Amino acid sequence: MSFRLPSGGRLIDRTSELKFTFNGRIMRGFAGDTLASALLARDQMLMGRSFKYHRPRGVVASGAEEPNALMNIGEGGRFEPNQRATTAELFDGMAARSQNHWPSLEFDVGAINAKFARFLPAGFYYKTFLYPRHFWKYVFEPIIRQSAGLGAAPKEADADTYEHFYAFCDVLVVGGGIAGLMAARDAAADGKRVIVLEQNGHWGGRAPVDGAVVEGKPADEWVSVTLQALEANDNVTLRDRCMGAGVYDHGYVLGYERITDHAPANDVPRHRLWRIRAGHVVTATGALERPLSFAGNDLPGVMLASAVRDYVVNHAVAPGKRTVVVTNNDDAYRTAEVMVNAGLSVPAIIDARPSVDEALISKFSDLGVEVKVASAIAKVKGKDRVTGVAICAQDSNGSVSTTIECDAVAMSGGWSPVVHLWSHCGGKLTWDEDQAMFRPDPNRPPTNQTGEGFVSVVGWANGEIDQGDIAPVWIMPQGASIETRNKMWLDFQNDVKVSDVQLAAQEGFESVEHAKRYTTLGMATDQGKLSNINGLAVLADALDTGIPQVGTTTFRPPYTPISMGAIAGEARGEIFQPLRRTPMHAWHEKNGAHWEPVGHWRRPYCFQQPGESVEDAVNREITNTRTSLGLLDASTLGKIVVKGPDAGKFLDMLYTNMMSNLKPGKCRYGLMCSENGFLMDDGVVARIDEDTWLCHTTTGGADRIHAWMEDWLQCEWWDWKVWTLNLTEQFAQVAVVGPNARTMLETLGGMDLSAQALPFMGWADGKIGDFNVRVYRISFSGELSYEISVPASEGLAFWEALMEAGEPFGITPYGTEALHVMRAEKGFIMIGDETDGTVIPQDLGLNWALSKKKEDFLGNRAHSRSHMADPTRWKLVGLETVDGSVLPDGAYAVADGHNENGQRNMIGRVTSTYYSPTLDRGIAMGLVLHGPDRMGEVLAFPRVDGTVAYARIVSPVFYDPEGEKQNV
Amino acid sequence: MKRYSAFAIAREAANYHQGWERAWAKRAPKKRYDAIIIGAGGHGLASAYYLGKNHGITNVAVLEKGWLGGGNTGRNTTIIRSNYLQDPSAAIYEKARSLYETLSQDLNYNVMFSPRGVIMLAQTHHEVRGYQRTAHANALQGVKTEWIGPERVKQLCPIMNIEGPRYPVLGGLWQARGGTARHDAVAWGYARACSDMGMDIIQQCEVTGVTSEGGKVTGVQTSLGDIGCNSLGIVVAGHSSHVAEMAGFRLPIESVALQALVSEPIKPCMDVVVMANTVHGYMSQSDKGEMVIGGGTDGYNNYTQRGSFHHIEETVRALIETFPMISRLKMLRQWGGIVDVTGDRSPILSKTPLEGCYINCGWGTGGFKAIPGSGFGFAELMAKGYSPLTAEFGMERFREGRFIDESVAAGVAH
Repeated sequence: MSFRLPSGGRLIDRTSELKFTFNGRIMRGFAGDTLASALLARDQMLMGRSFKYHRPRGVVASGAEEPNALMNIGEGGRFEPNQRATTAELFDGMAARSQNHWPSLEFDVGAINAKFARFLPAGFYYKTFLYPRHFWKYVFEPIIRQSAGLGAAPKEADADTYEHFYAFCDVLVVGGGIAGLMAARDAAADGKRVIVLEQNGHWGGRAPVDGAVVEGKPADEWVSVTLQALEANDNVTLRDRCMGAGVYDHGYVLGYERITDHAPANDVPRHRLWRIRAGHVVTATGALERPLSFAGNDLPGVMLASAVRDYVVNHAVAPGKRTVVVTNNDDAYRTAEVMVNAGLSVPAIIDARPSVDEALISKFSDLGVEVKVASAIAKVKGKDRVTGVAICAQDSNGSVSTTIECDAVAMSGGWSPVVHLWSHCGGKLTWDEDQAMFRPDPNRPPTNQTGEGFVSVVGWANGEIDQGDIAPVWIMPQGASIETRNKMWLDFQNDVKVSDVQLAAQEGFESVEHAKRYTTLGMATDQGKLSNINGLAVLADALDTGIPQVGTTTFRPPYTPISMGAIAGEARGEIFQPLRRTPMHAWHEKNGAHWEPVGHWRRPYCFQQPGESVEDAVNREITNTRTSLGLLDASTLGKIVVKGPDAGKFLDMLYTNMMSNLKPGKCRYGLMCSENGFLMDDGVVARIDEDTWLCHTTTGGADRIHAWMEDWLQCEWWDWKVWTLNLTEQFAQVAVVGPNARTMLETLGGMDLSAQALPFMGWADGKIGDFNVRVYRISFSGELSYEISVPASEGLAFWEALMEAGEPFGITPYGTEALHVMRAEKGFIMIGDETDGTVIPQDLGLNWALSKKKEDFLGNRAHSRSHMADPTRWKLVGLETVDGSVLPDGAYAVADGHNENGQRNMIGRVTSTYYSPTLDRGIAMGLVLHGPDRMGEVLAFPRVDGTVAYARIVSPVFYDPEGEKQNV
Repeated sequence: MKRYSAFAIAREAANYHQGWERAWAKRAPKKRYDAIIIGAGGHGLASAYYLGKNHGITNVAVLEKGWLGGGNTGRNTTIIRSNYLQDPSAAIYEKARSLYETLSQDLNYNVMFSPRGVIMLAQTHHEVRGYQRTAHANALQGVKTEWIGPERVKQLCPIMNIEGPRYPVLGGLWQARGGTARHDAVAWGYARACSDMGMDIIQQCEVTGVTSEGGKVTGVQTSLGDIGCNSLGIVVAGHSSHVAEMAGFRLPIESVALQALVSEPIKPCMDVVVMANTVHGYMSQSDKGEMVIGGGTDGYNNYTQRGSFHHIEETVRALIETFPMISRLKMLRQWGGIVDVTGDRSPILSKTPLEGCYINCGWGTGGFKAIPGSGFGFAELMAKGYSPLTAEFGMERFREGRFIDESVAAGVAH
């Protein structure tokens, strides 16, 4: 049994008792306990079930590498699955549940899988469940899915918050053990800005547990003195409970700080993601102990020797009363010594090495511990818990020489440096034959932007490990039979055994990546921290090659899993993305706006009056505007100033039209094409003065077009004297539209807005009422229209002034849908409706906008490609349903027959379709094969439900074809 | 080849599975082959498989620089769908999807095709219109898709937040017979079937040059020596430009990193695949229980097979917005693959200026779902010089301006 020792425990505070529940049972532990140590103290060795066979699993490690003791912790909005009991610090009120079992941890129906384990070797699922075909989806897969998975899915939205910190430093030290603190001290002494990250809530790493003496002081004392000195230095930042999660290109490092996991609180973020740009990174990440592969090594009670030592020293918890130590190196002897000193029984140390230092043997013999040299565990006895071990010679096929009763086994297969952070960004490893480990190759570090190494490694992480002479023992005993190898676990969580890796090799999965994927070795939540090297060694042996020839799988960030919440940070809910508001946004909100997201903006789709449907509102807005007066908030349209001696030349390249010959005071509608000739944006350009133009873009296009301009100016035409500025948010813009527009504006007084003073497609600065305005005589509705721009700060006041002045005319604000319908009635194209990235101006009958006078413009060359000049390109037409109904959006026109691939032949499609209240019928625009030559022809548009709509090809201009209404 | 079945497993269990033979043979390259495929990823292996199965060409070698299936085939998020907008795309992706339906039985290898259904969310009016258009096109292309409303979306995927606040779900394009498959198994299954037909799959064999005579391909130079062939298929994804250069032609391809990540495994909570293009992310749950997540490509060219953190951040943020519960899951690992992206984001399956040399590349971010259809069409192209499936995907289209642009329907990722 496991239990709490009467005294000791360097991390626990026996005066502070904490209450927690495990599977609903109330238990008590101490401040300073982890969930694992608190459970062990209550003799709860069984902590989980394995993934595939649902084998009983106890805790095996004491840190981040733990594969077995994973818990569902918390409730409601603070529930989180798959938390390592070994790194979950106990707090009062913690509610923990074990995972992956039904109905209970002790009795799990899924354990039946273990009975059939022989029929479920690595990759068995690739070889079966083939027939009957539909059974995979409906029978086999659901069963597999249900039995797989580990923790429960969270059900509620997260109750916690998260945040990001950005930091810069000269030297980032990852790991607050002795080596890390020394590195930090040295860097700080050089005057460097230093950040030190330690993943645990305590500093010093293993040294205090192992009783190390550092610079003449006991480790604990040295750590405390050194920390004090570092804390006093303004250039040094120390963060505990903060793990170095990933190293990325150019010295970019993620730190994952767990702020409240050990002490839940409402007023602070739960996790903080540190985004650090470091000049140099020192990893002092220590090393992880490897298990040994012997039959039954997965039974609860078999633990890493270092973990056993940790629990005894740190938490005063003994995993067992009688602990057998099994090892291939000197380090595990420390565990035996710690146990004996704590008054616990160690009946034997099973040492696989052919010979062991006599002094060591006699030292332990004096302590009452028998050292069995050249020996191995043939088999662990017990069903759900260790009851003893059978011993054999390591150099044998496993015939048992003796049996020792025990309730715990402490195993050590040697140590592997934690090389993850070194490797994330391309640091290479070298195999150290003497110490049987991969260590960082100092000649092949990850390199930065100048080609220099930017990561260095110190301490155990660098392979400076005190483990004596290690014997490379990868399975126990050496000549174990297949039955025995079938019981040796490599990956405890995923149930991958020595026999599985050997099967992979036998079936040709020779690459380490193939073997990993075929067996799932190292793909568990510990990402192979515990088992990978052992697996590689078994694979190398099966392939009769060396471990370095097999190599490792790729080390990927993060070092241990980090929360999605921390990755996302603050940006969620309302502030997931910035919401852009025009100055009139709040007015719209108050006046019934039915919102539509457009880019990061919200625009009113329409303004609903009480009791009115969306459709009714749109129709009312259109009719009112066409017959009297409407008001549109056009502030979201892009407004980009282009200025400089070469601005005219630049705009001539950017637009298909000529812009350099536009006169100051005039506006021109322009098109922009991509280099491939496709229409990408449109808008009205106004020439402000000799070297200044203002380019209007679509709402969605503003940022994109600004970036597009800068792309050309910075990358291609960098010697042109042109400057651009996106002024979209600096100005509010209002379209005053309708036959009463001028009359209404004139009631406000100010500038001359007559057709003579300000003709169609002209603009002028002036005053309307008390407002300083710039007025553009442009129209996207076909009506008399003034687009009036004022400084953003005056936008709302101006809007309200217009609404007031318009009251006698029955003014109505209108939204995007009315805008769309009115432009469609006029046959004006809309970017994103008539265009989709595959349409060129010629398809839309816009040839008039392609200047013939210019030498070149973006897209010009592309338009001469054979397919662009192909007469069979679909062309813009108007469409009227035969019965007056509205054509379905996105419908295609079909011709008889099918193409080579069996698809219906299509000859056109609907690009925009609306009900027009002005014409009281459905109108549509579309692209049709030879469309303009087929006026009057009726096309068939199948609906998705199989019925067919019929529409006649007509001119796309449904309303005021002569343009009399806008030019008055 | 020993056939795989439950009975075979039971038989082998008696001997602790020591009787299983290699999934694919390990052979040294011969002096000459009728056809050589460079690249033993899914597309290369499928091309070889259909050369043998459909056209009787089995004197074939598939050469692989690393380990088979180790490129994008083994790095993607395994989504299979065919709800494409443009005719040529819908044809080849639907061919692929329909071949996936019976692939496990055809290959005698369980590739775990799971038609759990794919929803592409519409979160703006623009997307609503785009997907309604796709639904109309799909109906005429023989691709079964359906426009569904937000309530149905919620019903199909209860863990989704459809109410915003930032981007409420307005509906979605639903393809019930889309889904996922086990990516490695697709490569392994094809490799095993190819090997069984007598083809040679040669790993750790890097092509260093392409030889030709009088404008016609004669073979390749490799790290294992020169190998002759009558026809050559280049199927090397992110490294296409590099190998094309050896064959003497250039490609309109850019290589960029595309990343993916998985959470720790949890019990089943999501049966369907969801793609959310407005917020830029997609997610499904694997049979192992991991939430499999992908997003957009990095904004710069590279070959490192690792990406920036910034894209992971954006993707995770988008998916927490869509699936709030994943905030308390943990990212287990992130990785990257190098995708070969063309100007119109559609693939190239084409003859090349070098006679007898064909290229299959440019699948960009969406190649896995196409593997069987791509192999089917490319094998026909190599064997007969023409395939209706690949006819529109010739590389001359970039010169002619005849693009196959899916961006209107597919958004960032496909």
